[in-house]
Amino acid sequence: MRVPPGVSGKDFADALRQFEEAIGKDWVFSSDEDTDLYRDAYSPFWHEPEDPVASAAVAPASVEEIQKILKVANDYKIPLWTISTGKNLAYGGAAPLLSGSVVLDLKRMDKVLEVNEPNAYALVEPGVSYFDLYRYIQDRGLKVWIDPPDPGWGSPMGNTLERGGGRTPMRDHWANHCGMEVVLANGDVVRTGMGALPGANTWQQYPYGFGPYVDGIFSQSNFGVVTKLGVWLLPQPEAYRELTVSVPRHDDLIPFVDTLSYLLNSQIIQGTILLASPLLDYRAAHGGSVLEMPGGPSIAENEQLGRDKNLAYWSCTLHFYGPSKVVDAQWDHAREKYSAIPGATFRDGKSYRFPLQMKEGDGIPRVAFGVPDLSVFGLLQGSKGHIGFSPIIPMSGEAVFESLKVFGQVYADLGVQQKNQFFALPWSYFPRSFVLLFGFPIEHDVEQNRRTREVFKHLAQAGAEHGWGEYRTHTAFMDTVANTYSFNNHALRRFHEKLKDALDPNGILSPGKSGIWPERMRKARA
Amino acid sequence: MKLIATIAAAACAFALIAQVASAQDSSAQGERVKSAWVRATVSGEGQPKGYVQYMDYCSMCHGEGPGRPGTMALRAKYKGSEPALLADRTDLTPALIKAFVRNGDSIMPIFRKTEISDADLDAIAAYLTRNNKH
Repeated sequence: MRVPPGVSGKDFADALRQFEEAIGKDWVFSSDEDTDLYRDAYSPFWHEPEDPVASAAVAPASVEEIQKILKVANDYKIPLWTISTGKNLAYGGAAPLLSGSVVLDLKRMDKVLEVNEPNAYALVEPGVSYFDLYRYIQDRGLKVWIDPPDPGWGSPMGNTLERGGGRTPMRDHWANHCGMEVVLANGDVVRTGMGALPGANTWQQYPYGFGPYVDGIFSQSNFGVVTKLGVWLLPQPEAYRELTVSVPRHDDLIPFVDTLSYLLNSQIIQGTILLASPLLDYRAAHGGSVLEMPGGPSIAENEQLGRDKNLAYWSCTLHFYGPSKVVDAQWDHAREKYSAIPGATFRDGKSYRFPLQMKEGDGIPRVAFGVPDLSVFGLLQGSKGHIGFSPIIPMSGEAVFESLKVFGQVYADLGVQQKNQFFALPWSYFPRSFVLLFGFPIEHDVEQNRRTREVFKHLAQAGAEHGWGEYRTHTAFMDTVANTYSFNNHALRRFHEKLKDALDPNGILSPGKSGIWPERMRKARA
Repeated sequence: MKLIATIAAAACAFALIAQVASAQDSSAQGERVKSAWVRATVSGEGQPKGYVQYMDYCSMCHGEGPGRPGTMALRAKYKGSEPALLADRTDLTPALIKAFVRNGDSIMPIFRKTEISDADLDAIAAYLTRNNKH
């Protein structure tokens, strides 16, 4: 039997018995066979001793059962690692950060409590997946969209609390949540925003309530167990259009991104935009790289290649959602704005009316229309999974140039072929900045995974030195990333630790999450 | 980069549950168009045991249509020597099905008992072995 760190075998046996009394024997898993199901299928530590495992898992069905589990965990100082659907793959999956933690698996709390069509919101429990919520809405014929991330098997709760992103106008999931219910480590149940006002029927309509707005401290954190979450939905739009804009020269990127930024900030274009470079794609497909590698082709050589092959240096496909006439007017306006860049070319794209009809060959992600799927995994065939590095950079052409150069230098210094890993130019998952996505395949090969972890750490360090921080990371790198957010001698981490010690004095909730360790473990780790 | 560039191309244009989406010839060219996602919960009425569980848990990866990573992987693996669709296989055993679900394989992750219970997994195994000769 595995035992949590710092807990005696006898105490753990007593605790397991009390867990069983609290929630029923069927929902306490302690055999190795069962706890192995909580391993991270995409672990960068596969076949290594550092690969974290759970000592047990408990799966409550209600807030009351969670309270009972917390009582036992406090009595025996047992670390609990909370998951919702456990599909946070590439970020740790269902596995705890601290090996030996007991996983608090909330998958059985899977009720869609409400979907309100006129006010376009849902109230969900942790175990509701994007597929579940989508089916609930479709079964009732409600004209509202959810915003799934690319893989739809996760949960609105988990993805929102991890501050994930999607593709529709509701793509910033954290910004589009409204109201939550949280069980604190001492068992107290808190409702945030208007949920704190008994009788209020605006819990999912006004996020702030009165006084300090505390929702943020329950995201990417270990300060409580979130048991209900309000999620804003998008009224089904009437129409969708696309416009692909291309520009020929390297330096065109500066007005190109400025225009993109203006259009996004004015909400003339909506949804997630991917910056593309047909020219650099061509280079990458012929042994080169999208990153700027030392000794690589000059700008003039690239521009000449672009002219020779009729390849744009930069392009992107803009998305327009809304009433048909409005979409057409916005499409015209965006084209007019981009026409200010000499040599800009335009291509009309897909056009849909909703409810959606797509031809079988339509190559556009369904998630852009609020339909969850798993097709993104078709791109990762042959590997055993992946992890990512995804720093936030400014939404400017200058920042894109600098980041391509800085990260290219990292790969050159390490002597690693970037082409063995995937890299994307910036995305606009969040409204006012860019996020770069680096993906690394995971293999059941110790040496390769070690190398991948090294690359990650060097990229994270180089990014931090230029002010580009991870927006979210795998459990294996949470300390690494937290260390980079170091302003004023790590004042933010010290603040998090004060909150942690006050809210969870026994340090039972998700130790190590986002680099936040409880006091007793900080001392042991010092 | 290539990988990201192919996201759009690889994205699936089929219904979430193809069987319940209504297919219709509505375009002038007679192209097959999926009027997608009218309803999404499958009914088990008149279907074999385990069909609903298979549709709920497996079909989004292993179902029909483009952009189904499980079907794509098996098509690449068997190159026609076995059906790419799990539901068309006649050589799977319950033990093998359970081993894949509980251990994962390639990018297929591990499924816990809180996601797919032992009883649901038995039903899925029954469905996927329904056409076996022995």
